[in-house]
Amino acid sequence: MEIAFFIENFKDCFNETAADSINENTIFRDLEEWNSMMALIIIAMIDAEFGKVLTADNIRESKTVKDLFNCIATQ
Amino acid sequence: MPLFSVSNILINSIAACVPSQTEDNQSFELLNEAERNLFIKTIGIRYRKIVETGVTAADLCTKAANAILANNNLNREEIKVLIFVSQTPDYLIPFTACTIQDKLGLSKNCMAFDINLGCSGYVYGLSIISALLQNMPGAKGLLLVGDCSSTCISMQDKSVAPLFSDAGSATLLEYKEGEQMHFNLQTDGKEFDDIIISDGGMKHPFVSDSLLYKEIAIGQVRNNLHMKLDGMKIFNFALREVPGNVAQLLEYSTTPKEQIDKAYFHQANLLMNERVRIKIGLPEDKVPYSLYDYGNTSSASIPLTLCAYPTHSQTVLLSGFGVGLSWGSALVNLDATNILPMLTY
Repeated sequence: MEIAFFIENFKDCFNETAADSINENTIFRDLEEWNSMMALIIIAMIDAEFGKVLTADNIRESKTVKDLFNCIATQ
Repeated sequence: MPLFSVSNILINSIAACVPSQTEDNQSFELLNEAERNLFIKTIGIRYRKIVETGVTAADLCTKAANAILANNNLNREEIKVLIFVSQTPDYLIPFTACTIQDKLGLSKNCMAFDINLGCSGYVYGLSIISALLQNMPGAKGLLLVGDCSSTCISMQDKSVAPLFSDAGSATLLEYKEGEQMHFNLQTDGKEFDDIIISDGGMKHPFVSDSLLYKEIAIGQVRNNLHMKLDGMKIFNFALREVPGNVAQLLEYSTTPKEQIDKAYFHQANLLMNERVRIKIGLPEDKVPYSLYDYGNTSSASIPLTLCAYPTHSQTVLLSGFGVGLSWGSALVNLDATNILPMLTY
């Protein structure tokens, strides 16, 4: 699994956030558009695109986009 | 797991009743305009039906039941079983079904009891009343399923307030040889606090502190008499458990997936339900949604969606999932079922 592909899919989940403002080190909670609905959208995207489960604890314990990727990369 | 069939029971009629008062999520002030638009598009809920103070789930269910009884010109003596499925009963004691038995003018020769279940409640209730009636040739039963969740949510909590709506339903069942239903019912109590009202029961009785409002996060203010819902956990639960539950039911009943005419899911949220639909492998046109107009009506959402989008099909999948955690699916025949237009209270 490539992190670049993950980040592209992550970017696609957002409507108002500029794609070039998101990279693997982005602290996703600091994104203005981030909220609990975005968390559900990300969970759904990971289920659909990667067939993996991102748990509520994974999201709570992650800071960056790379942290989210690492949660599913080891599954 | 409980995979089982019930024979010789026909679903005669289904009715649903909603309050006339409507709230619009476009006016929900805890979300900004962009969040409101995202919520309506993603979660799928625009309008919610909210009861006036003092109106209960039992009232909505009773109106639905009266409509069915009048429509069938039934002798009320024929009703031998009355089950009320709800998490919002009229009283802590006594159970609500006894008050409904009286309001409906049913005979004393009628068993009546409550079941405390939410999102899976319609499927569970259907299985229980059908299993009882299959040993009572000639008898009829009323399954009343409904919730007024608006009465136990904080309007200062954006994680639940824009989701929940009120509704009641009634389903008339009767003995008829040759009919068959199939069920698959499951539970995972380890996650019991994913959806919970913590105070007011016997474990944590009501005390003055129960009324203290706490800010859990920005836009999430509630007290211990309000419902708490962990949306992310419920989301993953549904994706993890429901598709497998349905697959096992189809295998058990030797029903090819393609044979399903229509599927009615508990109306939780559009994003989650759509992932469940896709994982099961059902086409969009077989899975109606009532979320936009009616929100998440808890236990009533399956019969309500049936009334909003009626079907007369032989192979209908019903699936409820949520609080408990509890989930269950059923395959039923609605070919001859009289589905009444939506009622308002």
